[in-house]
Amino acid sequence: MTDVQITIDNKTYAGATQPTIKNFQLSLTSNEFVCLVGSSGCGKTTLLNCLSGLDTHYEGDIQVGEQHTTPKIGYIFQNPRLLPWRTVRENIELVLAPNQSPAVIDALLDFMQLTKVQHEYPERLSVGMNRRVAIIRAFAVNPDLLLMDEPFVSLDPPTARDVRSLLLQLWQQRPHTVLFVTHDLREAITLADRLIFLASTPMRVISDIVVPIPRTQRHDETAIESFRQQLLNNYPDIKRLL
Amino acid sequence: MQSNKYLPSLSLVIFLALWQAVASYSHSNTLPTPQVVAIVFWQAIVSGQLPFHLGMTLLRLVISFTISMLLGCAIGIALGRNKALNAFFDNWLVIFLNVPALVTIILCYVWFGLVESTAILAVVINKLPNVIVTIREGTRALDTDLMDMARCYHFSKTKTLRHVILPQLQPFLMGATRSGLALIWKIILVVELLGRSNGMGYQLHLFFQMFDVASILAYTIAFVAVIQLIECFILKPLDKKALRWRR
Repeated sequence: MTDVQITIDNKTYAGATQPTIKNFQLSLTSNEFVCLVGSSGCGKTTLLNCLSGLDTHYEGDIQVGEQHTTPKIGYIFQNPRLLPWRTVRENIELVLAPNQSPAVIDALLDFMQLTKVQHEYPERLSVGMNRRVAIIRAFAVNPDLLLMDEPFVSLDPPTARDVRSLLLQLWQQRPHTVLFVTHDLREAITLADRLIFLASTPMRVISDIVVPIPRTQRHDETAIESFRQQLLNNYPDIKRLL
Repeated sequence: MQSNKYLPSLSLVIFLALWQAVASYSHSNTLPTPQVVAIVFWQAIVSGQLPFHLGMTLLRLVISFTISMLLGCAIGIALGRNKALNAFFDNWLVIFLNVPALVTIILCYVWFGLVESTAILAVVINKLPNVIVTIREGTRALDTDLMDMARCYHFSKTKTLRHVILPQLQPFLMGATRSGLALIWKIILVVELLGRSNGMGYQLHLFFQMFDVASILAYTIAFVAVIQLIECFILKPLDKKALRWRR
């Protein structure tokens, strides 16, 4: 299974005076759901770009799964980034490896309740549906590591809640190692096994906290809220972050 | 709004009527009436002359158009994606864009002889810089978010080209196609006039020497009609197909 070891000694953008990320270390055990919580602009997206291989200009070492293989990454971006000129189904089919059976698409479409609109173009669907397609696309590659960069940030709260709960159900059915970036503490507590709080310039870990609420009680908003209060009271640093 | 439907036909009728009026009023050999032109047009078709020469010109158009578009897209995309390459070739492009068509045609004939491949080459050299510039602009405007997505999901080069790049270039491709057709056929006529023994340009040259204005007009109408047919039956449907995903 997939263990992830991240070491970024230095990531400085060309022309920047300060490094964005410095002496950053993080390890994830397989099938762990980890939320990165930090203010916007602290370097979370930079980290995800390094992990996904989009950005290779950093000093350090990132190990996803076994050595010397190219890891499969599922990336759910802040915007769905679907190809508007391809249908929902074509968008998902495009990311499959040549030896992968398209049956996985049928199962995922069915799970996300999108079977009916699979031959529609993304622009004809609601934003919530587009998010679900982006989630399917990421799960379809059966990734070694799933990256999510505030994927629900532009949704209205009820839609965000629905898509979030679908994501959780899907993840419980098909466990993957997940790194989920957010600045919404409630969302993070609802989703994560472990919370990593990040401070900015340069980005560094200030707390690493396991969420003790059992998975079966994550839908209970009072439990989420009381844990949130407890966090804010016990860790004044976190309060300053948010 | 309902009457708008008839405006294109009405304008055509008025155009013909004006032509008829001026021609009958001036009574000149150099401006035949629409009827005379129509008769000449019909005779040229029946004799097989017009279809043959028009066919030759269209054949040259198809070949040189295809070469310019394929080559132009490849170079345009390369220049749009690679800054160093673009910095190097930009000056060349400006030079070729601004050399008059007549100069390239004459030089090609002088250097490579009065043969078919030279004629095609001369047309391609004239059209190519236009395609390159248009496609380069389109490539610069490519959505980096989608390119990143393709990279992250390990799209192959051909997959990226076919599913991510070309659909975004579609409006630019159609622009290059339309302006290309208009430009190329005008250049082909000059090429034919200077160094070929068939085709529209060659025929027009003959008619000019004989002051046969009716034939010149008949051939022109035939050509305009063909281009219009290409627009209606090839380009418009392509447009429609490419834009089916828009709301």
